[in-house]
This record gives sequence, structure tokens and C-alpha cells, in this order.
Amino acid sequence: MVAAFDEMNGFGGEVRAPYRALAEWLGVQHLDTLRQKSAEAEVLFRRSGITFAVYGAEEAGERLIPFDILPRIISAEEWRRLELGIEQRVRSLNAFLYDIYHRQEILKAGKIPEELITQNSAFLPEMIGVDPPRGVYSHIIGVDLVRTGENDFMVLEDNTRTPSGVSYMLENRETMMHLFPDLFSRNRVRPVENYPDALLKTLESVAPGNLDAEPTIALLTPGVYNSAYFEHSFLADQMGVELVESTDLVVIDGLLRMKTTEGLKRVDVLYRRVDDDFLDPLVFDPTSLLGVPGIFDVYRSGRVTIVNAPGAGIADDKAIYSYIPAIIEFYTGKSPILANVETYNCREPASLKYVLEHLAELVVKEVHGSGGYGMLVGPKSTKDQIEAFRAKLIANPTNYIAQPTLSLSTCPTLADSSVAPRHLDLRPFVLIGDQVRLMPGGLTRVALKKGSLVVNSSQGGGTKDTWVLQE
Amino acid sequence: MLGRTANDLYWLSRYIERAENIARLLEVGYRIVLLPREGESFHEEWRSTLESAGCMQGYMQRHGELISQNVIDYMLFDTSNPSSIASCLANARRNGRAQRTALTREMWESLNSAWLEFSAIRPVTVTSNSLPELLDWVRSRSALYRGALLNTILRNDTYYFSQVGTFIERADSTARILDVKYYHLLPSSEMVGSEKDNYQWAALLRSVSAHRSYRWVFKDHYRPLKIADFMILNRQMPRSLRSCYDELTAALRDLAVFYGARHDCQMTAEATRDLLLEADMSNIFQSGLHEFVQDFIGRNNKLGNEISAAYHFSD
Repeated sequence: MVAAFDEMNGFGGEVRAPYRALAEWLGVQHLDTLRQKSAEAEVLFRRSGITFAVYGAEEAGERLIPFDILPRIISAEEWRRLELGIEQRVRSLNAFLYDIYHRQEILKAGKIPEELITQNSAFLPEMIGVDPPRGVYSHIIGVDLVRTGENDFMVLEDNTRTPSGVSYMLENRETMMHLFPDLFSRNRVRPVENYPDALLKTLESVAPGNLDAEPTIALLTPGVYNSAYFEHSFLADQMGVELVESTDLVVIDGLLRMKTTEGLKRVDVLYRRVDDDFLDPLVFDPTSLLGVPGIFDVYRSGRVTIVNAPGAGIADDKAIYSYIPAIIEFYTGKSPILANVETYNCREPASLKYVLEHLAELVVKEVHGSGGYGMLVGPKSTKDQIEAFRAKLIANPTNYIAQPTLSLSTCPTLADSSVAPRHLDLRPFVLIGDQVRLMPGGLTRVALKKGSLVVNSSQGGGTKDTWVLQE
Repeated sequence: MLGRTANDLYWLSRYIERAENIARLLEVGYRIVLLPREGESFHEEWRSTLESAGCMQGYMQRHGELISQNVIDYMLFDTSNPSSIASCLANARRNGRAQRTALTREMWESLNSAWLEFSAIRPVTVTSNSLPELLDWVRSRSALYRGALLNTILRNDTYYFSQVGTFIERADSTARILDVKYYHLLPSSEMVGSEKDNYQWAALLRSVSAHRSYRWVFKDHYRPLKIADFMILNRQMPRSLRSCYDELTAALRDLAVFYGARHDCQMTAEATRDLLLEADMSNIFQSGLHEFVQDFIGRNNKLGNEISAAYHFSD
């Protein structure tokens, strides 16, 4: 495989412009100093309680996502292009959601096979004809980007349901500013700290119409044992809204209400961090203890806004992913600014044949999987693993997509014995309400194991602060 | 504010206050056990410590016999004991984590680091030499949390519910110490002036952190009536029942103003405070200290229940 593009050194040679100040600084740092700073960062994270739970891990409890102290840097010019591409993409995704829950023009035009939508468990027939305020379904989207060259950013996947990680973006920055104030004086880094404010504005802008007073907003969490609980409480705190669990909510007289010290109080906008299935046991999973019975009726009658809307997940379904360029063209009339990664839908016989012949070179993912579980990374797998996966693939091809193994860009990272290149991706967070608001930066995830391409925190990945430079 | 939030804040404060009170009781108990003494064994001291903490029954079920090491282990580390310091810190932190949004960063960090540090202690490493240091540490962590609360929290319902929890717990603790330890000392009070006696009275005051302030206020030797007066009716003593009720009525009055509504709990608190305001120590002794304290503990519990009902702690 060709050497990967390095964020600092390109394909070798001169240090790239956005990294010059960092490289100069790094050149005079002792490894021991860096290690000590790294240890200090860990203490800071642990004290503030930034932990996550790993599903299925015995010793789980609370763990820290490893933080790497060397930042990932994006120039103003690079960011401008990403910004345009992301805005185009998220507007298209919302237009697509509106369409498939209304007239389904895109299906009539034959741009997407109908059964991919109608037979998809992420498509909610209950949402047909529902009109969310401003026509927005997915208000908070995390767009996962990978880079393979100087000008080659690609979208690896969209997260249109309940994307997480934004609290790490914010805390990583806090920690870096605490540990390395001098680095910030040498680089003009655009701030990200107004994210909670932008989120609050977005939520307020999609409140139901005809309210007598300012909308009351609440954030619904599954509870303290959820892996992203820290983030839920962090965001509620930063926005100054109530953090509620389903037992704090009740539907009475056609309105959603929360149980306060002064009795019941109406909730107008619910930023929910529970999945669709668990939202309303009367409509979806009847065994759910996390949901609020009757909330879907309140939603359908337009008296509460649920963010993101139920059914928004159809837009980030992996089976739909390969149609996103067509979706963008269909709704905007323009070609996509950000490319997709080439993708084989194993449901198509020709693609399946190709995938089976090239398993050792490809990354194969479950259509409904997430978090790096249930996937095959061909070049990193043993023959036995590949053969075992082949059997699963043949048994149920519609459940899989495949992509070429990308040579993800690398970035200098503090490893055991030295500073060394490690592969990474980028998840910018974008808010869609009365306008599109994109934070300059995002969450950079880095695979800490040498050569590894899996950046998920559940699989040994860490994070870095992400700097977007001022012009 | 959610009713659940109010409930968690109230209990968070109670647990922090309880950890501190338990640390003080243990410190005193341990000092007395170290004393050379005739006749009566150290068992009595541990008995009164456990009774003051409301842990006697649980302890006897678990260990059956009063042994210093077991008492210390039960009160410090045993998570089956809901009032052990380990349980208090874990519960306080659990409540704090569930209400992370209601706490300031300083409050949360003091809570979280207290729990992390305490969890890292291996019980076998706690020897008689390191015990005082550990108990000091518990008190300092409680003080740090209270300090963070007082210095950083908005003066709204978050603050009021925290105050209410702290002072209901403190009033309960002081009342129990009076009922158990003070009562236990009374029969020997005729031997005023004996060295042991003085030491015991000092220890009693020490368990409410008042052995030096007593001298400042009274400029006198330890006298049973004055000690009781100091712990019950004195408005300067920050752990007296009167002080606790000054704080409680203030916090509840602020809550009523904040929400624009009064409930039964405001009236109950004010009635108890009026009682403490008007009471006279010699009258209390005449009609029975034990009865007085029992009545007080009952009133204090009733107040807790009324607050819980008024503010929908668990609907």
C-alpha cells in the first residue's frame, strides 16, 4: 500500500503550511515534557468526569477516551470548502427526509430502489405526512470525513439520528488551552466554545408555533448508565435546560409535561438522546422503559418538537449511503462538493460477486451496524476471519456493504516511544434550524495502535483537539 | 427544577454532611478508646458511637461483638452499611452525577475527586496511625464541597434544597449525639471536676467541633447544663439545633419566595424554631431532656417528609 498522506508532512518533504508553527514548537519539545503534559491531561479529564461506558466490557464502569495532546490542524481554505460541502449535504439530507415522508418524488423518479426505503426498518411509516417545524428532520448531524490526499476529503458516513462526541470536541479544547496556552498564541485557532449557544438557538428556532412564552426545552437521556451520559448532562448544563429521564415526563391533556418542584410544566422542544425504538412504547417498542407513552401523538399534533425527528435515521442508513450523491443532485440540481467513498451494495449481484472476489482488500460493514462492531477490515484480517465473514456475507448479502480500504491520512501522535504518525478521521458537527450552523472544527478520532485504521473509541481509538485556523 | 433533581440535591447534601459527622464521631470514639481507663471497657464508647450514628443494629448483625477494628471498618468502608463513609461518598457522587447539570464544575470536581481518592484506599492499609489522617481528610473533603457550593452556586432552588438537606442532617446528628452520648454521661455528673469526666465532656463537644468554642462563649469549665444549652439553644454554635433551624427556616422561606407559595413544611420549621427560641434549659431538664430530644427528632423527620411532599421529590 502507498504511504498515507500525513496531515503535517503531506507525502513527505516539506511541512505543510498550517502545521508550521506546531512543527517548530514540537521540534524543541522533550519527549518527557510531552508525556508529562499527557499525564496532566488525563488527570484533568478524570477529575471532570468525562467518561464513557463500553458496552459488553466486563470491567466497564467508567472509562476515559484516550486523549492525544498533539492537535490536528485544518487551514482556513480547506475549511471553507468543507463548509460548503457539508452545508450542501445536510440540506439535501433534510430535503430527502421531507420528500420520502411526503410525496416520495425521488422514488417516483426512480433514483432509489423503492424497497430500500419502504422495507427499511429505519423508515417509519408513522412519520408519513407529519410536518416538523421548518421542515427539518435531522437538526444535529455529525458528518464523518476521511482524507486521503491534499485535496481529497470524502464522507465516510452521515450521522443523522443522535450523533455523539461534541462534548469531547469542547472539553478537548478546554484541556488544550489549559495545558498549552503558548501554542494558542502562536496559532490563530477559531473558537468552538459557542456550540452550546448555537445548539440552544437551533432548538428554540424549531419550537412549535403559537407559543405564548419562550419555548421550554429539555434534553432526554436514557440515564446515568448510558455510554454518552456525560455528554447529555454536559450539554444540558451548558445550555441551561433540564436533563430529563423518561420517568420525569408524562403526557397529560395532549401536551408533554415534566414533573417539577412546582408541579407539571409543559415541554415544547425535546432534544432526545434515546433511539426511535425507545421513544414511545405505545407506537414503537412496547417493552421500552425509556420512552414516554403518548409522546408520539403529541408530536404528530405539532405540540412538541422532537429533535432529531423520529425516522431521521433512514438518511444515514448504510444501504442508502451510496445513493447520497444522487440525492444531492436530485434536490439541489448540482453535483456534490464532497465525494462519497466508493461503495458496493452487496444486495446487487454484480457488486456481491466483486466483493467476494476481493474480500482481502475491502472493508465490509453491516448495513445497520455502528461503532466499528461487526465489520471486516480485509487487509488486517487472517484467512480464517475472512472465510468466516465470507460465509456470513453469502448467507445474507443485503445486510452488507463494502468499501475499498482507504489509506486514511495520518497525523503526528504521542506514541509509546516517540511521536509517530497515526491514522485519523474527522467528525464536524452541524446544526440545522432557522439556519445552518457549523462549528469550525469537530471531533478528530485517531487510531492509537500503529497501522490501525479503526478509530472508534470502543476499539482502541482516541481523540485529538481539532484546530481550524483563522484566515 | 425537576422534582427528582430537588430530591437528589437534598440527599447529596445530607450524605456529605453525614460523612463529616461520622468522621467526627469516629475520631472522638477513637481518642477515648486510646485513653487508659479503669473498670469499664472501651465497649461502651463504641456502643455510644454506633448508636449516635444510628448504626448499632446493623453492626451487631454483621459483627456481633464490639471490636475496634471491626467498628472502624464497618463505619469507614463497609458498603452494606448505608451510613458508612464509603456509602455516603458513593451515594453523594451518584446523586451528583445524576444531577451534574445542577452542580457547578467546582462542586462536581470536589465530589468526584473525593470519591475517586477514597475508592483508591485499600482498607488493610488503614492502621491506627493513619486513621486520624484519613478522618481529617474526610472532613476536609466535606468542607471543600460545602465551600465550593457556597462560593459558586446560584442563589436559587439548587442552593435552597442543598441547604435544607445539610441542616436537616446536621440537626438530626446533633440531636442523636445529645440523646446518646450526653445522656450516657449525665449520671456521673456529680463527680464534676474529676479528670476523666472532664475528658469525656471535652470529647462530647469535640464530636460537634465545639470543645474550643465552648470556652470562648462561656469562659467556664465544662458544666452539663451549659453544654446542653450550647448544643441545643445557642445561636452562635453552628451545629446547635437552634442554628440548624435558623438556617432551615431561612432556606425554606427563600424557597417559598422563589416559588411564590408556602406549604406545611414552612410552618413546621418555623414552629420548631420558635420552640427553640423560647425554650429554657432548666425547664427542658425538668420535663426531661430525653423526651425533649426525642420530640425534636420526630419533628425533624416530619419536616423532611413534608418537604419531600411539597416539592414533588418522588411523584
